[in-house]
Amino acid sequence: MRFVDEYRDPAAARALVARITELAGDGHYKFMEVCGGHTHTIYRHGIEHVLPTSVELVHGPGCPVCVIPMGRIDDAIAVAQAPGVIFMSFGDMMRVPGSRGNLVGAKARGADVRFVYSPLDALRVAVDNPDRHVVFFAVGFETTAPSTAATLLRARDDGVTNFSVFSNHVTIVPPIKAILESPDLRLDGFVGPGHVSTVVGQRPYRFVPEVYGKPLVTAGFEPLDILQAIAMLLTQINEGRCCVENQYTRCVSEAGNPRALAILNEVFELRPHFEWRGLGFISQSALKLRPEFGEWDAELRFEVPGVRVADPKACQCGEVLKGVIKPWECKVFGTACTPETPIGTCMVSSEGACAAYYNFGRLHREVAVTVGAAR
Amino acid sequence: MCLGIPGEVVELLDSNRHLAKADVAGVRRNIDVSLLEDEAVVPGDWVLIHVGFAMAKIDEEEAQRALAGLQLMGQAYADEVRAVIESQIS
Repeated sequence: MRFVDEYRDPAAARALVARITELAGDGHYKFMEVCGGHTHTIYRHGIEHVLPTSVELVHGPGCPVCVIPMGRIDDAIAVAQAPGVIFMSFGDMMRVPGSRGNLVGAKARGADVRFVYSPLDALRVAVDNPDRHVVFFAVGFETTAPSTAATLLRARDDGVTNFSVFSNHVTIVPPIKAILESPDLRLDGFVGPGHVSTVVGQRPYRFVPEVYGKPLVTAGFEPLDILQAIAMLLTQINEGRCCVENQYTRCVSEAGNPRALAILNEVFELRPHFEWRGLGFISQSALKLRPEFGEWDAELRFEVPGVRVADPKACQCGEVLKGVIKPWECKVFGTACTPETPIGTCMVSSEGACAAYYNFGRLHREVAVTVGAAR
Repeated sequence: MCLGIPGEVVELLDSNRHLAKADVAGVRRNIDVSLLEDEAVVPGDWVLIHVGFAMAKIDEEEAQRALAGLQLMGQAYADEVRAVIESQIS
């Protein structure tokens, strides 16, 4: 229980672990945490070593930086290199490798690439630079997509025409479905994503119990939240129930944020197909600008190569994202692929399973082994 | 980018633009509160902020717990705060 001592309420954590151990009994349960933020918490706080061996956590595809395929990075670089463009990206995306380098490299070669906190900051740069064209590299699930939508509405209302969006927004439900359809993986339930659920609410997850017969519990980001969600999943299984439950009622409501959903729908429509790293093409899984917003759509304004690029052979991000292998089981983990020189996306973002494991998890593992040996 | 940072709304600004001033990680920056229009955000409210937009109202206890959790993230949190500091939403 070494790690539990560092939790906010160690006594509550111990009680939850005891409850989980009792509920799991002699069984073996595999739960996937969908969200990269949860993966980070799990490795940061050594949760995998706190849990009994009867409960295994599998990391899912909920890191939007990690699921962007290489071809889209190449497209982003092509747009960034177009004459007169200021290309604005979240910091996380700058080091994601494409087939010929990343945005940091493009910047070094002369492209005007800048990092930005908010799409509204990108819009402001457009207003301040009327002789340039500003492209915002939009990435993220429904957590950030409403912000891009609100920014586009403002660009339209204010008549800002030297601004466009390269949309790589994705939606949370299709990858969960793809994982449930995947023959590689046997799961007993899901720890549902937190922040994205503040927008989408709980209803979109109902298909998980109803169609696939797996429970899902939406969880917060503290270690105690994740432990409690696991206990709730096991309780459902023990009681023969299977439904969507909400552990994170402090932030997530049943209906989500209706206004955010409404403006998402006003500005975006589903793409027929979008490629996800590791998961391949998933239909209706990503958002593009509606035709009414064509003037602000970077994919229509610029020559975008749109070439599909296979992942590097050595990189196993795809299997990590599907939960088929753990980060340390990848052949290049920690040797050729590190946070300083990432080969795959999972090593780039701090919420990627590989980076989280590299930074925290492996140390906890060493401690756990040492503590285990000393017993 | 995925990190939601709690902030305390200190002042409502231009109501047409749905802007508010918020105290985020010790700095005061403008945020967009249009996505919480139905919840009538007022000074003193705590909100969860993603990329400059308030996405959900939260209570102060949750805000403090979330901040404590974020501070444990180290570099990822430092990067996010650095990004917030450079933000100039207007």
